[in-house]
Amino acid sequence: MLTAAEWGIVALSLKVGGVAMAAVLPIAFALAWVLARVRFPGKLLLDAVVHLPLVVPPVVTGWVLLLAFAPAGPLGGWLERWFGVSVLFRWTGAAIAAGIMALPLMVRAMRLSIEAVDRRLESAARTLGAGPTRVFWTLTLPLSLPGVLAGAVLGFARSIGEFGATITFVSNVPGETQTLPLAIYSALQQPGAEATVWRLSAMSVGLSLIALLVSELLTRRVRRGLHVL
Amino acid sequence: MSFEIRVTKRLGEADVSLDLTAGEGLTVLFGPSGIGKTSVLNMVAGLLRPDAGRIAVAGRMLFDDADGIDVAPERRRAGYVFQEPRLFPHRRVRANLLYGAADEDGLAATVAMLGIGHLLDRWPRTLSGGEARRVAIGRALLSDPAFLLLDEPLSSLDRGRRGEIMDAILRVRDEAGLPILMVTHDPDEAERLGTRIVGV
Repeated sequence: MLTAAEWGIVALSLKVGGVAMAAVLPIAFALAWVLARVRFPGKLLLDAVVHLPLVVPPVVTGWVLLLAFAPAGPLGGWLERWFGVSVLFRWTGAAIAAGIMALPLMVRAMRLSIEAVDRRLESAARTLGAGPTRVFWTLTLPLSLPGVLAGAVLGFARSIGEFGATITFVSNVPGETQTLPLAIYSALQQPGAEATVWRLSAMSVGLSLIALLVSELLTRRVRRGLHVL
Repeated sequence: MSFEIRVTKRLGEADVSLDLTAGEGLTVLFGPSGIGKTSVLNMVAGLLRPDAGRIAVAGRMLFDDADGIDVAPERRRAGYVFQEPRLFPHRRVRANLLYGAADEDGLAATVAMLGIGHLLDRWPRTLSGGEARRVAIGRALLSDPAFLLLDEPLSSLDRGRRGEIMDAILRVRDEAGLPILMVTHDPDEAERLGTRIVGV
């Protein structure tokens, strides 16, 4: 089984992944809704920008985050002035990197499920006296919920596997930013740590597998036109 | 006048235009498939915006491009029974019926009239075509409509069910006294139900 230090790494990974997913969820849903439902000039560009983290080398994403969140950077300076905090070399920074990298996957899954909601049901609701807000809360959201949750779980899985952007942005600090992939990378550099690599890799694969299975089950519910609640 | 509709709308390659003034009772829009009868209902319900013209129902102006009037669908109080039932799949029959209702006062009477009391706790996907159609009619009636729009309400039903639904529509026409605009391509239906028939 895992040592106490290794459990600590797993716990940190789950914390980073969980916070990243929870923070990005509303942003991803809003983007997915806009891309699925609103027509506006520049939509293609927004779509492309959202997908950038999927195709840009992660090291570039990490470097851009470093520029933005450095004390002299636009976001880093703002956080320092107003809240007196910095995310550099902190687990919060790892969560930011993981969230950015997970965003495109989450938006994709959510957008598909919003597009799958039958607009004819929404127009029926309108004729029954429901305004756009009520239609959203009583139809659009509940009917797309399985896909939204599937996207969230997928984003969580992506978050706990994040490596390149994280190590570039917040470095590899044991106990603070050293999530599973970073710990595996460190162990690979050490002679005689093969057993650690095996255990952490097994943990990594196990967590990813569970997340993918949950996500797939939820997606099937979307395809069968079912609902979660 | 119950319905005053004078609209034009370009849909793809085709032009839909209609000039209709109808009094009390049930007005049938009769004509072959694919000439835009459903589009007329959608324009009256506010789901499709006419290019030009005006629509007034029971003395209330719902659309007038000259005056810039375009009442939102949720404020038109249209009881619209679509060609397909459009029941909400994640809500049981009772919740579907009450979706547009202010309270449960009318539920018992409507349910009895349509004979759907035994279906209240069922999920929509377990209903037969005729059952779903009756629930859709009940849902429209319970939303306190000012008028009814019926799109081929008897299509794709077997003979027995057609009789039932037709009786229900006649009862609504005679008891509720609501102006009704109904679309059909079936001459028998038009003959039996219509107070007047408008060929399109």
